[in-house]
Amino acid sequence: MTKGLWVTLSTMFKTIFLPKKHLLTVNYPKEKETPVPRARGVIALDQEACTVCMLCARQCPDWCIYIEGHKEEQAPAEPGGRIKVRAELDRFDIDYALCMYCGICVEVCPFDALFWSPEYEFSEEHMGDMLHDKDRLQGWLATVPDAPALEQ
Amino acid sequence: MPDFVVNLFDNFWVALGGKLALVALMIPMIGMAIGFAEMKLSAKMQHRMGPYFAGGRWGWAQLIADGVKFFQKEDLIPEEADRPVFKIAPIFVLMGTVALFVVIPFGPGLIFRDLSVGVFYALAISSISTIGILMAGWSSANKYSLMGGLRAAGQLIAYELPLVLAVVGSIILAGTMSMSGIVEAQIDAGYPYVIFQVVGFAVFMIASLAELSRIPFDMPIAESELVMGYLTEYTGFRFLFFFLAEFANMFTLSAIAVTLFLGGYWLPGIPADTLEFAGPVILLGKVFILVFAMIWFRWTFPRFREDQLQTLAWKWLIPIALANIMITATLKVFL
Amino acid sequence: MVMDQDVARHLSDASVSVELETADMTLNIGPQHPSTHGVLRLVARVDGERAYDLKPVIGYMHRGYEKLSEVRTYPQITTLVNRIDWVSGYANEIPFVVAAEKLMELEVPERAQYIRLILTEMARISSHLVFMASYPLELGAATPLFFALRERERVLDLIESVTGGRFHPNFNRIGGVKPAYGSGSSTRKMVQDLPAGFFSETRKAMDEVLNAVDELESLVAGNEIILIRTKGIGVLPPEVAASYGVSGPNLRASGVGFDLRRVERYLPYEDFDFEIPVGENGDCWDRWWVRLREIRQSASIVQQAIDGIPAGPLQAKVPKVIKVPAGETYVRAENPKGEMGYYLVSDGASGPYRLKIRSASFSNISILPWILEGVLVPDIIAIMGSLDFVLGDVDR
Repeated sequence: MTKGLWVTLSTMFKTIFLPKKHLLTVNYPKEKETPVPRARGVIALDQEACTVCMLCARQCPDWCIYIEGHKEEQAPAEPGGRIKVRAELDRFDIDYALCMYCGICVEVCPFDALFWSPEYEFSEEHMGDMLHDKDRLQGWLATVPDAPALEQ
Repeated sequence: MPDFVVNLFDNFWVALGGKLALVALMIPMIGMAIGFAEMKLSAKMQHRMGPYFAGGRWGWAQLIADGVKFFQKEDLIPEEADRPVFKIAPIFVLMGTVALFVVIPFGPGLIFRDLSVGVFYALAISSISTIGILMAGWSSANKYSLMGGLRAAGQLIAYELPLVLAVVGSIILAGTMSMSGIVEAQIDAGYPYVIFQVVGFAVFMIASLAELSRIPFDMPIAESELVMGYLTEYTGFRFLFFFLAEFANMFTLSAIAVTLFLGGYWLPGIPADTLEFAGPVILLGKVFILVFAMIWFRWTFPRFREDQLQTLAWKWLIPIALANIMITATLKVFL
Repeated sequence: MVMDQDVARHLSDASVSVELETADMTLNIGPQHPSTHGVLRLVARVDGERAYDLKPVIGYMHRGYEKLSEVRTYPQITTLVNRIDWVSGYANEIPFVVAAEKLMELEVPERAQYIRLILTEMARISSHLVFMASYPLELGAATPLFFALRERERVLDLIESVTGGRFHPNFNRIGGVKPAYGSGSSTRKMVQDLPAGFFSETRKAMDEVLNAVDELESLVAGNEIILIRTKGIGVLPPEVAASYGVSGPNLRASGVGFDLRRVERYLPYEDFDFEIPVGENGDCWDRWWVRLREIRQSASIVQQAIDGIPAGPLQAKVPKVIKVPAGETYVRAENPKGEMGYYLVSDGASGPYRLKIRSASFSNISILPWILEGVLVPDIIAIMGSLDFVLGDVDR
């Protein structure tokens, strides 16, 4: 029984006098812990790479990705050539209130247009604001970390 | 002091009003200070920080904020509850604590009312809190509160006896039951009574932990089983009474222990004329040490089961306290 | 099924009258309670402090996993399944992917198996640390909570550095573990192998976990109050445990040395050297003590696995759209809570036809009416805590 008393007393003195090592709580919001680079915080979109193939929307278990697009014709490279048809993205919304943060959409995209970013502070006061449209998703791209080095 | 103030306070009613105001001021202050100390110390024992946001870096305003929060909560009374009993119960509990405050000697002559049966009065009045707890448990039409109230009744009554028997040794050594009389007897003898009454002191501390319903004896509250026991249905202002009463009671029972066993407001080596000013400081220092021990025990130990608690009281503490009385009385007569 | 006389009894007892009869009362240790590990409801007849005739009422947390699985594809189910027993997230996915791989007759690469094993043992450490934190809290001691959760943070950070998620890793794929973000071939595709520094971080973390376990042992095991509250309480004889289907550390605490890691071949446990801790009496103390020793064994397995991990691919060759051939199979694994099994019935589509989940906690709490008969109310809490069940696991 005295061992238990000693443990609590010594913890108390260690936390008061040596806080760097022993104080475990972080003074949020003044100090923040940085998550690891692979942490699944929010999904970023690279609109240039997206070809509106709809694979992510189909594979999402919650059906929280809303995509609309249309086909545009581009002028042929030389006169008389083939008219190229390109898909343009009109709407790409992810509803983060429904999102499970599972990552299937990121994994399944054949054109590497979606990326994970460890940002986690995007809480809103209205639930409708949790629907991020394509410009906001493009904005998250800046926070995507580079590929981390791998273990040998 | 200017003459007219002294003459004013000679009037019985003015003095009474002044004393009441002082008591009413001190109890919440002490309650909040001890509550804050508990939050900070328990946090440090668990690698945490404790309150730090309210009131700047140290978080000293945390309990004031808590008090304001409790004040502005809705006053809910369950429909099936017994309304008059429900409302009076917190008052009984706080009354026991406030009444105890009256006989604590803060310095030579600095006592609210020096009763010649001070110890007897203190121990008797502290039992009123028991009735308050029972009333709280029974009147909140809630089976959990009922169980908490019954457990509290059993526990508090069982631990009244060791509490009372433990102090008899000190009374025998001092020869008087008045609280300031016991402190003066320790000053005359030159040593605090704890040196001879170690057993009595230990029994008193254990019994006072049980009277306060603190872990390891907090079966009546038993947060993880009965969701606050007899306190379950109390919200807002009424809960604040119980909350304050617990912390203020920690102070008063520790102060009684300090007075009876540790020498009260006196330290060996301090000249008698400075005791008027240094006395309260010394008393607060000693009380703080005891309160720290109570906080330390609370966060280290788990709780006893009800029957183990009762076994401890009836089979161990009461015989030890009785033996203590017999040995002290015998030695006092023959030495 | 609640019978009519019970309904009548509940209704008559619903209001507490001022003149209370001193006969027994029906106490509802209700769904909202600090110690029932979720929303478990126990309806008990209490006489003074003793409880008789307990009936657990479950289903408050039923989320319909088995029905959901019928309309999802295999990769989607992996993301759902780790939410069954949310305390040990990774371990729930393993039997499911092993079942699918068994039906597809896939060979999982060695490196993937080793990574799965490391993460499963970390999930076991994490789950047992939650037990170490919450069990003394139910008995009243508040301090081991913080000590154990501090260590759990280290383990969760490790899991997060590999998989990206702390509680719901979603790292298993049919045929191995997750190879990369994105299926394209751009330079921004990120391979999901173990990150740099993982080995050294893990070794450090395991050492610290072992230190903390020693500290917890001295804080809790030396405390006489905890000993008198757990020794001899809730004794579960091995025959009764086996007949009710109790599994995992609860069964091993009763003296039965049965561990699915040695019996079934779903991960390469035979390459490692570890003991199976077994208890003697089957009381609450033994259940605590078995779990403490299991943390030590898991830490040692992780350290051995890191030293011996082979290089290689992370996933076997599987088509883009995974269709499992028709058939049925049952795969069971040693979850931290007990035996978890998935019975997979497939008819060749991209999702299962029927997935039946045998969860550990459901069978573990089936002994509650037997073990809690005639027990004092505080002991009910002690025994329920020592069985270490999670309501998500019970109700699925």
